[in-house]
Amino acid sequence: MAADYSPPAATEPLYELRLYVAGATPNSTRAVRNIKEICEHYLAGRYVLRIIDMYQQPQLAKEEQIIAAPTLVRQQPLPRRQLIGDLSNRATVLATLGLDG
Amino acid sequence: MQQATPLPATTLPKLPKAPTGIDGLDEITEGGLPLGRPTLVCGSAGCGKTLMAIEFLVRGIEHYGEPGVFMTFEETADELAANVASLGFDLKQLQTDKKLRVDHVHVDRSEIEEAGEYDLDGLFIRLGYAIDSIGAKRVVLDTIEALFSGFPNEAVLRSEIRRLFRWLKDKGVTTVITAERGEGTLTRQGLEEYVSDCVILLDNRVIDQITTRRLRIVKYRGSTHGTNEYPYLISEDGISVLPVTSLKLEHKVSNEIISSGVPGLDEMFMRKGWYRGSSILLTGTAGTAKTTLAASFAAETCRRGERCLYFAFEESPAQLMRNMLSVGIDLKPYVEQGLLYIEASRPTLNGLERHLVTLHKTIGEYRPQAVVIDPISNLVAVGSLSEVRSMLTRMIDFLKISGVTALFTALISGRHGQLELTEEGVSSLVDTWISVRDLEGVGERNRGLSILKARGMSHSNQVREFLVTEHGIQLLDVIIGPEGIITGAGRLTQRIQEEAQRVVKQHEADRRDRELERKRRVLEATIANLRTEFETVEEELRHISHEESTREAALRDGRSALATGLTSDYLTAQPNARP
Repeated sequence: MAADYSPPAATEPLYELRLYVAGATPNSTRAVRNIKEICEHYLAGRYVLRIIDMYQQPQLAKEEQIIAAPTLVRQQPLPRRQLIGDLSNRATVLATLGLDG
Repeated sequence: MQQATPLPATTLPKLPKAPTGIDGLDEITEGGLPLGRPTLVCGSAGCGKTLMAIEFLVRGIEHYGEPGVFMTFEETADELAANVASLGFDLKQLQTDKKLRVDHVHVDRSEIEEAGEYDLDGLFIRLGYAIDSIGAKRVVLDTIEALFSGFPNEAVLRSEIRRLFRWLKDKGVTTVITAERGEGTLTRQGLEEYVSDCVILLDNRVIDQITTRRLRIVKYRGSTHGTNEYPYLISEDGISVLPVTSLKLEHKVSNEIISSGVPGLDEMFMRKGWYRGSSILLTGTAGTAKTTLAASFAAETCRRGERCLYFAFEESPAQLMRNMLSVGIDLKPYVEQGLLYIEASRPTLNGLERHLVTLHKTIGEYRPQAVVIDPISNLVAVGSLSEVRSMLTRMIDFLKISGVTALFTALISGRHGQLELTEEGVSSLVDTWISVRDLEGVGERNRGLSILKARGMSHSNQVREFLVTEHGIQLLDVIIGPEGIITGAGRLTQRIQEEAQRVVKQHEADRRDRELERKRRVLEATIANLRTEFETVEEELRHISHEESTREAALRDGRSALATGLTSDYLTAQPNARP
């Protein structure tokens, strides 16, 4: 479920996002839908989004210190940020990802 | 709900339990923690919650072959391993052997933003993964409330934690959850105690600068359990919960008599000594040779070839041996032979529980036939009177059950007579109570010994004076003066007086003898006199009677001559012829 795009222009940073979900719970599906919308709308062409099902890769959940589901992790740009929830609160999502400016 | 093991069909259904392997805890919980259910261990900081949880896992792995998962929210796996390495727990090795999984859950609020609805599936998945990867039967969550600091939505957390407990039960793992103690509640969140099937409360109190740790089972669904507060401690071997005493009085008794090591003292008991396996209390004021009496008993035990354990709370072993040698008790050979083991420490060095544990442990290792504790009264410095009393009760119970003859010495205050401790606390527990005390007279102090009680045999009621000589303790004969029993200088005075009286009496007797002799002599002289007189009279009488008989004979002769006719003969020969 990874989508890759060509490198963006130098001024615009590349967003590397990971969404950890726990199977196909309502929260998870909502989160997937929400993050995809946001990415397409705000980060078209300059993001890498990986959606990880923790049931498939529990080891990753441990390594990345994931507790809640769903969890969105902003790997790049630094600092690393975690967002938990189904991402329905768009204002918070944008603020945390630094896309509200 | 699933049980990890089916209930035994034949016997009454009993809650299956998972033994913890922690010293004493299994006795209090009557078999262990509820199998396949969550147990809460709560307490304030420094109680040893984490340690108890780790020991539960490690013992489970080592003794019961049950792999475990440790999910820590506070310490990292490395920190944890370092912390418990001193207890001999090698967490790294256990992890390599796939017996243990340690998962550090890092919760940092500053990194987490909330944007919509969520649950804690991530945690469930991680835990499930850890459990399944090694087939764990035991799980520890240390400390789950750390989640509350990381996640702002308390309502979600509460319902999620409830779900977690449910989930752990369904998985059939025996879980230990630790929690910080809250204000007025067992836990800060007031949640864990309701969802746990068993709650163990750890308490850490500082009384008079000495820390005492207490453990209590607050609840245990579906099982009976010990309800008291039990002291526990963290030693080099992990947690020990104390005591493991039965409160039933059903220990075996011995009818064998053993010597006290002081011949005179043995004589004071009807059966010449005290029973094996009994407990003896020796109380006395300062300097009344309690230690010497105790050492005599220890030496006597060793002389019989039995092992004796001597707890010295006042003197170092070397000092004790030197001092006892000065009164003719040579302990050194027994120490060298391994018959006598002196364990010396200041009572204030440890809390009471630790003393009790040391005692249990040393007795377990050393298996002595006799134990001397010199003195128990010093333990009062460590804890309150009631605590010391309960500790001593436990100790005496333990020794009795083990069939160990125990001698305790106790210092009592001279001014107030008997100390409460001995009066109320211990005296009812001990079988024999010997009191040594100062018999203070004018300008001197003497030592007196008496038996206050001796269960199961009659004994002397006298206060016996004794001397500490270079050949040990010697009891002196009882001297009864005009005002009772006499000791010391009084004894000497009495002896001198008696000697003088004896001399006077001797003189008197001699004089009487002489008088008698004189009287006898006078009597004899009188008798001799009388006899002489008598003899004179007798002789005179005899003379008279002789004359009379002669005359009568002459008369008879004359008459017969007359009868036969007058002859010349008659006329000439007849001296008494009539003129």
